Amino acid sequence: MKRIAALPVLSLAGAAAMAAPFQNALKPAGIQAERIHDLWLLTVGICSVVFAAVLVALLLALSRAGRSDAATPPDVASLAAPEPRLKRNVLLAVGASIALLLVLIVADFQTDRLLGRMPLSDAVHIEVTAHQWWWEARYNDPEPGKIFTTANELHIPVGRPVIMTLKSSDVIHTFWLPNLHGKKDMIPGRTSLIRLRADQPGTYRGQCAEFCGLEHAMMAFLVTAEPNDRYEAWADAQRREASNVLSARESRGRQVFMERSCVMCHTVQGSGANAVFGPDLTHVASRQTLASGVLPNNRQQMAAWVTQPQKLKPGTNMPATKLSGEELEALLDYLGTLK
Amino acid sequence: MTTITTPTHTGQRDSARQLEQTWRDPPGLYGWFAAINHKTIAVRFMLTTFGFFVAGGVLALIMRLQLARPENTLVGPDFYNQLFTMHGTTMMFLFAVPVMQAVGSYLVPLMLGARSLAFPRMNAFAYWIFLFGGLMLYVAFLLDIGPDAGWFAYVPLSGPDYSPGKRVDFWAQLVTFTELSALLEAVILITTIFKMRAPGMTLNRMPLYVWTMLVTSFMVLFAMPSVMLASTALITDRLVGTHFYNPAEGGDALLWQHLFWFFGHPEVYLIFIPPLGFMSSIIATFSRRPIYGYPAMVLAVIATAFLAFGLWVHHMYATNIPELGKSFFTASSAMIAIPTAIQIFCWIATLWTGKLNFRTPLLFALGFFFILTLGGLTGIILASVALDLQVHDTYFVVAHLHYVLIGGAVFPLFGAFYYWFPKFTGRLLGETLGKWNFWLFFIGFNVSFFPMHLLGLAGMPRRVWTYPAGMGWDQMNLAATVGGMMIGASVLLFIINVLRSRRHGVPAGPNPWGAGTLEWGTDSPPPAGNFVAPPVCGGRYPLWEPDGVPAHVTGLADDRREILVTTLMDAVPDLRPVMPSPNIWPFLSAVAVTILFVGSIFTPWAVVWGAVPIAIGMTLWFWPRSRETRKNAASEVHP
Amino acid sequence: MKTLLCLCCAALLSLSGCYREQRPLPGAPATASTPDPLRMTNLQPGEPKAQANPANPYEENAYAVSQGKRLFKQYNCNGCHASGGGDAGPPLMDDKWIYGHEPANIYASIVQGRPNGMPSFGGHVPEDQVWQLVAYIRSMSGQLRSDVAPARSDSLSPGKAEQRRERETPASVALPQSAK
Repeated sequence: MKRIAALPVLSLAGAAAMAAPFQNALKPAGIQAERIHDLWLLTVGICSVVFAAVLVALLLALSRAGRSDAATPPDVASLAAPEPRLKRNVLLAVGASIALLLVLIVADFQTDRLLGRMPLSDAVHIEVTAHQWWWEARYNDPEPGKIFTTANELHIPVGRPVIMTLKSSDVIHTFWLPNLHGKKDMIPGRTSLIRLRADQPGTYRGQCAEFCGLEHAMMAFLVTAEPNDRYEAWADAQRREASNVLSARESRGRQVFMERSCVMCHTVQGSGANAVFGPDLTHVASRQTLASGVLPNNRQQMAAWVTQPQKLKPGTNMPATKLSGEELEALLDYLGTLK
Repeated sequence: MTTITTPTHTGQRDSARQLEQTWRDPPGLYGWFAAINHKTIAVRFMLTTFGFFVAGGVLALIMRLQLARPENTLVGPDFYNQLFTMHGTTMMFLFAVPVMQAVGSYLVPLMLGARSLAFPRMNAFAYWIFLFGGLMLYVAFLLDIGPDAGWFAYVPLSGPDYSPGKRVDFWAQLVTFTELSALLEAVILITTIFKMRAPGMTLNRMPLYVWTMLVTSFMVLFAMPSVMLASTALITDRLVGTHFYNPAEGGDALLWQHLFWFFGHPEVYLIFIPPLGFMSSIIATFSRRPIYGYPAMVLAVIATAFLAFGLWVHHMYATNIPELGKSFFTASSAMIAIPTAIQIFCWIATLWTGKLNFRTPLLFALGFFFILTLGGLTGIILASVALDLQVHDTYFVVAHLHYVLIGGAVFPLFGAFYYWFPKFTGRLLGETLGKWNFWLFFIGFNVSFFPMHLLGLAGMPRRVWTYPAGMGWDQMNLAATVGGMMIGASVLLFIINVLRSRRHGVPAGPNPWGAGTLEWGTDSPPPAGNFVAPPVCGGRYPLWEPDGVPAHVTGLADDRREILVTTLMDAVPDLRPVMPSPNIWPFLSAVAVTILFVGSIFTPWAVVWGAVPIAIGMTLWFWPRSRETRKNAASEVHP
Repeated sequence: MKTLLCLCCAALLSLSGCYREQRPLPGAPATASTPDPLRMTNLQPGEPKAQANPANPYEENAYAVSQGKRLFKQYNCNGCHASGGGDAGPPLMDDKWIYGHEPANIYASIVQGRPNGMPSFGGHVPEDQVWQLVAYIRSMSGQLRSDVAPARSDSLSPGKAEQRRERETPASVALPQSAK
């Protein structure tokens, strides 16, 4: 009997362990998530002990009490006489509960204080603005020439603090990167702040965690934490404009980009396309995913996304663009140069 | 003048027949609409809320089918958003609170030894309003105008800019309907409990269940206005262009969250506190002893009610309100565990020192201990700001809320149905089917919702219509779906049990369980006037007190609807008012109010023109009938 | 018997659906094939010819109209038309329509461009987005039903919400205006 009961518990625990580690609150990869995880272990430990104690008490009560049926006369002695033994036991149990609660409250306050005291020197400043249903990220810098904008996929340096200013352009969204920190709401009309630091390199996935409309489920983002020199190299590459050295077909593709609907919403730095209502595409070819973490970034998916976005992400604001075969191939070539 | 004597056989049969004539509802189709007997209305209310429970459950099963596999396309995002909005709205507004008020409106007068609820016509009106609101919502859902912004409808998503059309307006108006109904029921219950108790039932002798209904009703009075304000401001933002929630013009998106959660958190305690009363009733009867620690139990319920109003910001930990303020709510959210712990320990003490009768009602009560305790402990986890920031808006919260609501409210509710079904119908529910019902529900529930804790920690957010493959969430979602099917099967077993037992169940006498409170001192089902001879209360468990038979009140007229009003603290007989007779105007007024509410979704002029039929209906509702007035005047006793 | 009847009614109701609330949209409406080049005056040579003048079904869909409102801002129509009040370009919320007030006329104006500064958006804006814009523009003068037209927006308020505007009776000005 016990083995049968153990099986589901073990398989579930196994299932949880098999859950992907890159969007997982139980696999902290940065100091803030680490602190939360420590508090989690303490709290779950205490709560499990309390749960077990209550269950044991209940089972003991059930096994020790006598049996009866509807005809058994009720025992009304307690209405007249007090029950000192029960009173003592109940008071002990309540006292223990209060003590444990106090421990948890103090531990929680301590964690809150630690979370607010992360060292912030040499921080990277990113301003993240959430849109329905994609993420815009602006890397700020005291030197204006070094500011750049990207979308949906961020890189951050390992070991350096990252200060993210969070805004929303339409409805409430939530920035949640479980491996690195808890979540923060992005509320239109307000600016919020999240401070985190990655301590282990890797690529982590985050997702919007406040219901924001039709495609809330498909609003993910990737954050790659890498050593500082690799990060700086990536940032320099992001600052560069799109290349003007293009083959004939790539030029034709850029022409399609400018003359059809792409230019109405997207920016490609250096090409004359400067609209801000869709993600910045200057370096789209260097991203791992398309459509805000939903599709793998390859030629076939890009073609599908441009021509039939509603099939892949129903409700998206990306319009379906009718292109002839030749136009589409040229456009894909051009987009492939935007590394 | 009332006299207190033990009943005599002479004339009792004639008296009973006359009483039945006086208190029953009129016959025929007219009588169906004009009925105001509290038991008739309560049974309708219970059946309607149960129907909404089943509807909400079906919606949940469709969601689970969609989420059983990654990247599934059984339903699309628009329909899925409507599904979870309708599921939450149905369960929270159309099932969980109304069913508690419905059961209360049946049992409270019986437990108090009263012939009726206070304000019986208003009771009927509240039921019709509730029914029409629920029907409006479901008709809208079937017409593709079902709300799709979540049961909590955060602005700006639910605002005029991002939810075009009329979907959210139907949601906001449903809130108006159900909150009006709940407020009216709360007024009725408070008045009944304060003023219509049997002589001798001091506050100190009131059954614990009645205490929970009293406390819940007071909470309703303070919580519901907050959501009515919030939803009305949303309606005016959408209909006439006010700027309550528009940051650009001086409003604030967070205003909605504060107003909504100031209601929303007490709301879950509205759902949780009456079942604490069910637990006390069931455990006392099936342990064959009074509940240990009556004063502590009462004070714990009152403390829970007060504390419940100081927790709402724990739904808003992820916003950018000041951190110090959030810490205050951590402390209060943790603190509310203490009164509940006191109650749990007192019940365990009762079970420990009792003699147990393991029938189905007790099984459901025991299920509470397992499920609610686990849910309460995940609630402690969520009370912490840092931990909540990881699991907020993930499946961890879905698991928590279902553990506390199903374990804390639905399990005791099912236990209550099994316990009081013989009182409602005169027949016992089948015991074998009942045990199958319980075990299937208990196992299915845990199979379905336990994995969701792990899903939330593993990164799966809430309110997503699909999820990518390769996240490692597939197995846990499949388990959740399988468990959901088991829950559905168990509810089906319950329905079969009810349908079979109504015709073929073991007949139950007045007191099949040997219980101690006053509702078991009359027939099953009770006569139209509840008690042939209203009882006098001698203790907390009147039927168990040493002489076992309470004294009775005589002298109340049985040819008109005369009731006994007693004083608040000590239940000394005070007045003998006459309750009103059935009439059709509560129903027609409810129809007029519905027309105004539904019309005001489309045009503000409905508020002006719709007020006219309401005024007419309510005037005719209260218009004194000359025959009744003469009859009552003739019966008045002058000193 | 009664329950069966209720279930049948419920099922029938669900089939009818409600086009106003449908979202996301399936794609450009069927009537959105390239309209005939539209005349701008009532004078024409030769035999009078009936002219196809399709209605825009997006005018019945609240989501489409709200998308049109979003696009009006994003594609910077406000730059010349200023939320309907007019600036460099003519007002869109009054009753005077230089190049025709029918949906197909407005569609043609957007796609083809017009003298004195209206750019041609033909290749740039996909067809179904143009129809969404057309539906929104028509709502600016109160042509749409109040349950379809947009309510107030979450921004600084330029005036009454489109759903509360008085319905203008549009009239085509006979000839194009000359340059100022």
